[in-house]
Amino acid sequence: MPELVLEIDKLTKQFEDFVAADAVTFTVSKGEIFGFLGANGAGKTTVMRMLCGLSMPTSGSAKVAGFDIYNQTEEIKKHIGYMSQKFCLYEDLTVKENITLYGGIYGLSSAHIKEKMEKLLKELSLTEDANKLVRGLPLGWKQKLAFSIAIFHEPKIVFLDEPTGGVDPITRRQFWEMIYETSRKGITVFATTHYMDEAEYCNRVAIMVDGKIEAMDSPDGLKKTYNGKTMDEVFYVVARKAKRQAD
Amino acid sequence: MATIVVEHISKSYTNDKKTQIGISDLSFTVNKGEIFGLIGPDGAGKTTLIRILTTLLLADSGTASVDGNDVVKDYKAIRNNIGYMPGRFSLYQDLSVEENLNFFATAFKTTVEENYELIKDIYVQIEPFKTRRAGKLSGGMKQKLALCCALVHKPSVLFLDEPTTGVDAISRREFWDMLKRLKTQGITILVSTPYMDEANLCDRIALIQGGKILVIDSPEEIKHNYKHALWAIKTEDMFKSLIDLRTFNSTLSCFSFGDVHHLSVKDNITTKEDILNFLKEKGHTEIDVQPISANIEDCFMELMTKTNTSNTLVNA
Amino acid sequence: MKQFISFVKKEFYHIFRDWRSLMLLIGIPITQILILGFAVTDEIKNSEIAILDNAQDAASQNLEGRFRASKYFHIVKMLHTPDEIDREFRKGKIKIAVVFPKGLREDLMHGNKAQIEIVADASDPNMATVISGYASAIILDYQQEIISDNLPYFITTKIRMLYNPELKGAYNFVPGLMGLILMLICAMMTAVAIVREKELGTMEVLLVSPIKPYMIVIAKALPYTLLSLINTTIILLLSVYALKVPIAGSVVLLLLESLLFIIASLSLGLMISTIAKTQQAAMMMSIVGLMVPTTMLSGYIYPIENMPLILQWASHIIPAKWYINIVKAVMIKGLGFQSVIKENLILLGFIVLLIWGSVQRFKIRLE
Repeated sequence: MPELVLEIDKLTKQFEDFVAADAVTFTVSKGEIFGFLGANGAGKTTVMRMLCGLSMPTSGSAKVAGFDIYNQTEEIKKHIGYMSQKFCLYEDLTVKENITLYGGIYGLSSAHIKEKMEKLLKELSLTEDANKLVRGLPLGWKQKLAFSIAIFHEPKIVFLDEPTGGVDPITRRQFWEMIYETSRKGITVFATTHYMDEAEYCNRVAIMVDGKIEAMDSPDGLKKTYNGKTMDEVFYVVARKAKRQAD
Repeated sequence: MATIVVEHISKSYTNDKKTQIGISDLSFTVNKGEIFGLIGPDGAGKTTLIRILTTLLLADSGTASVDGNDVVKDYKAIRNNIGYMPGRFSLYQDLSVEENLNFFATAFKTTVEENYELIKDIYVQIEPFKTRRAGKLSGGMKQKLALCCALVHKPSVLFLDEPTTGVDAISRREFWDMLKRLKTQGITILVSTPYMDEANLCDRIALIQGGKILVIDSPEEIKHNYKHALWAIKTEDMFKSLIDLRTFNSTLSCFSFGDVHHLSVKDNITTKEDILNFLKEKGHTEIDVQPISANIEDCFMELMTKTNTSNTLVNA
Repeated sequence: MKQFISFVKKEFYHIFRDWRSLMLLIGIPITQILILGFAVTDEIKNSEIAILDNAQDAASQNLEGRFRASKYFHIVKMLHTPDEIDREFRKGKIKIAVVFPKGLREDLMHGNKAQIEIVADASDPNMATVISGYASAIILDYQQEIISDNLPYFITTKIRMLYNPELKGAYNFVPGLMGLILMLICAMMTAVAIVREKELGTMEVLLVSPIKPYMIVIAKALPYTLLSLINTTIILLLSVYALKVPIAGSVVLLLLESLLFIIASLSLGLMISTIAKTQQAAMMMSIVGLMVPTTMLSGYIYPIENMPLILQWASHIIPAKWYINIVKAVMIKGLGFQSVIKENLILLGFIVLLIWGSVQRFKIRLE
């Protein structure tokens, strides 16, 4: 039995007039790449927020990195990484300053930060641009840097919210290669995306429809079950069942 | 007949005292009644180009015309005849669906009833929510409403700046179905998108990257012109085989494409056997190698590496 | 025209749907006026008074009795020398002192004329005005009585304001407040409303439509003009009924002058909107660039006459200063249009200059 990083049982979030997440149940193991798909408004963001300790569930239970989401949210925040397409880095700080800032936020010692930073800059071939403002970097580089910073403190799990939106195809693939490497190091990756080919890169995929998990399996398993050649076809078949339209 | 003519258009920005090229020396034409796609990642210059054509920005050099009207001199005439849907959601969030639509209709000196036929297909889908505030709609709904508002005055040319960005796969599909129906009404459509798979839905496309056009043609021609032999490869350990294949002698490039790797090779003499043997030597199992033809993304990546624009500083 | 009407309608929707801001816009002037109004009426009872009775005769005894009986005053001390007046004020024990001259009764009986001095602490000018007003009223009351049963005696009260001889105060507050509120609503709200469209991206769509830019601007300004006129009316009603500051001149003239100032403020807001790129920037520019100088230099709080020369000059470019002058002239002094022609011309000049500047700067394209 592999170590479980996410243990989610009947997690429910109810807003005044509708149920955003309805008895969501699943587990994710250490080092797994877990794809979390769903149409706009299916409840992906709601679930992700609860798991990051940003919002309280109405009922159900969940453990993230072994910590309870009701009363150990501070612990959870120390052991997760988060990156979204919208907010990544401070554009008016340099590459180095951004890394130092996040290292500091997670309580790493300056010596430790310095050592890791050298290594990271080399890996990203950003050593020469280390003192440049992030604003001046191409989008693809920003995304890669943002991801590296999200796992800088070696979290148990990293949440990626549409990390590759608008990025060119080569960078997009380089980004996923970084994700692979991360998972090999034992960091669990939990990602949402609108690119269906990216769903194929995941070990397992869950598709949310109207607040419920409608399908969950490996990409191959899903393709067999729903008789589709690609994940795009699978997604179309599954998500079309949605009745809910508005957020 | 060309509806949109772009000739040697350039525009640069200054950012932090450094001049950055937005777009440089772009030329192309869009024919009447066609769906023309500007395909490229963020920062490629798609928005800049669309804003120049919709008369919102002035180019540094070059000329352009829409429906025979010059984008600088005849900007008023252009503004009366085009529909424009900017990249971000730009409707009034505190007005209802109906109020937004009526407002834009009167702004263009028309009424919703007058051109109802054109927007009917789309509007019936959001009609059940017509009293809801636009800010409370879902992503797909907002996009449909924005399209209705851009169409309500029956424009001859429609400019859509990344209409499907951040929209889920299903809504994207529906959106393209709507565009196809609009095309049958004779409306010329210029649409930009970062999603390569949408290229196949356009009549002709321009692949752009770093402010330059990599190629302009129909998607079929572009794919047809892909020069190298291409193989789809599957193994048990996909990540390891990806790294290994890059060390293969004949490899030009190797990237993952969903559940397979696309391997393009330098020469035409490398056979399936060669690849199989190489992978077996590296200890791979469950190997499957199939010859395939290129898709738009393969072409884009090839053109991108050839012109080496991937890492140039561009204005995002 | 239909385009224009639908645009104005849309602006009203924006305003009414953001009811918090609307409440704030109408609430600010009301609370300002009421706070002042209550502060004044509350403390006016039992004001500490000292009397220096140099006369010591029947008339002064009578007047002293009247002060003692009045609920507005509380006699804390009877003084004996003029020096004591200053001392008591410095100690802060009294708010007002009344001095009966030597031979008050004699003067009244034979000279038919007497002068009583009222000394007030005008460091709180509103209070000083009101208290000395009450004191004068008591004395006049006495005068009325002796007129009725004898010859036409005549007492004049000489009021001496200590510490703030200019007496900038209650009557000043209303014109100042009007200037400030109108500036706030017109300039800031117009600027923010236009910049919001830029920020939302809707300006992009509007520019690409056949709507003329000037229509966008006028349609934005119209609802705020109306809102400002409503606010002016509220301030005037409250100042008349709650603050008891009467409108001496023509109400119609006052409203027309307010409209002129509203237009000036709107053009200022328009100017700001052509410079600011974000709503926050527009807000900051309005507050730092307009509100602060208006509060400091318009004579609303500090008398312009007491400022260094350079600041006096600077005050000339504050439109609110001229409007406040107009309101003072029309509302407080009851003067007619002839006396404020200069101010009118200056405001008109501001309007022409600002609108011309904004039209020059208004972008028909994006940056």
